[in-house]
Amino acid sequence: MKLHLRPIFAPFLLSAAVLLSACAAQSPESRAAGEIFDPHENTNRSIHNFNRGVDRYAFRPASKGYVSVVPPDLVQAFNNFAVNISMPGQAVNLLLQGKPKQSGIALSRFVVNTIFGIGGLGDPSSDFNIAYIDTDFGETLHVWGVEEGAYVELPFYGPSTARDSVGVVVDFFTNPITFARQNPADNIGVYSEIVRRMGDRGTYSDTIDAILYESADSYAQARQIFLQNRRFQLGEAGAITEVDPFELDTEGF
Amino acid sequence: MLNRRTFCLGLGSAMLAAPTAALALNEASASKLIDSLITDINKAIGSGKSEAALFRDFEKIFKRYSDTSYIAAYAMGADGRRATSAQKKAFSKAFQGYMSRKYGSRFREFIGGRLEVTGVKKVKKWYEVSTVAYLQGQSPFEVTFQVSDRSGKDLFFNMYIEGVNLLLTERTEIGAMLDRRGGDIDAMIADLKKTS
Repeated sequence: MKLHLRPIFAPFLLSAAVLLSACAAQSPESRAAGEIFDPHENTNRSIHNFNRGVDRYAFRPASKGYVSVVPPDLVQAFNNFAVNISMPGQAVNLLLQGKPKQSGIALSRFVVNTIFGIGGLGDPSSDFNIAYIDTDFGETLHVWGVEEGAYVELPFYGPSTARDSVGVVVDFFTNPITFARQNPADNIGVYSEIVRRMGDRGTYSDTIDAILYESADSYAQARQIFLQNRRFQLGEAGAITEVDPFELDTEGF
Repeated sequence: MLNRRTFCLGLGSAMLAAPTAALALNEASASKLIDSLITDINKAIGSGKSEAALFRDFEKIFKRYSDTSYIAAYAMGADGRRATSAQKKAFSKAFQGYMSRKYGSRFREFIGGRLEVTGVKKVKKWYEVSTVAYLQGQSPFEVTFQVSDRSGKDLFFNMYIEGVNLLLTERTEIGAMLDRRGGDIDAMIADLKKTS
């Protein structure tokens, strides 16, 4: 697979670097207390309202239609396809994280699922008990010691952090599939990712509706849930100090 | 004589043993609590009752297995300090109903699924029971229960789903409901009763 870096890549890397350096830092004390660092809350809230509009009028109905028309097995198959096509990129990330063994697992997943899983629609790797892989450049940055940075909500994409938004951009432009000379279709990775997200939006409809449309402050809920889950994935959750249940004043409740 | 002595000795040791058996929280009793919680939830789901009846069942289960006063106090956060005892009581009651409706409606997703206890460990004065949830059509995910005997009984006081702290999520929600009402606790409680 010959890599062919498009000239467009350079300005994106540059903007990623600017985004990283421009973000103000959170004090170590508030970070250790697991506090939320959201200096761009006003901008984020407008983007959140925009995203909610997109979801309500386009993404949610499209996704619900998609999962009601397309049988669950096929939704799962498209899901597998999107995950499989991201495996070479994940293998690169794992190498960058200094995990050559895991990187090999990602590559073998890609080979096995592409060959025995009809181009990645099936997931025979899981049947063969090959370990599950899920990483991204945001995690690579975390491994390299880059701080989480400010909370951001990205248009069309949703909750993220300064560190993860750089990751999203870099992952998009470094997936070897995107730059393969024999690319079967332009931006296949992006399209399959959108289809995968539609599948998730449709399948977990109740959960997402509860956050976006039934909570008193959907912005605060989404932010809270995203940050905790992301820190959990990256193994950062341990830094949060626990409240001792024996010290809370429960008198009267 | 001998009989009476053994009898007294037996009674004495039984009296000594009884309170420890009832009070001591350990790994086994913590995971047993979560096991029977799971059994009760599965039983309710499998009963085929109407949704309204199911919510009442969940409210009972919630009351029986969880540290409801701790959960309510945590969810109210700092605002709890300025609440009157009548407000605290009303909030606690409204909050239990709200939790049963909110999470009860989601328990339908558990039909045909299962929760497996995978481990238990002591953290400071409480225990963490790790479980893995296997739901139909979803990849398995981690659910962790925190169990303490703070109240004198073994009860769970919080749970984490894939790292998401349930109580913290609810504190954010209650805080937002209070903000919407300009900090009026009574109005927030009235809203809570209507919220599904």
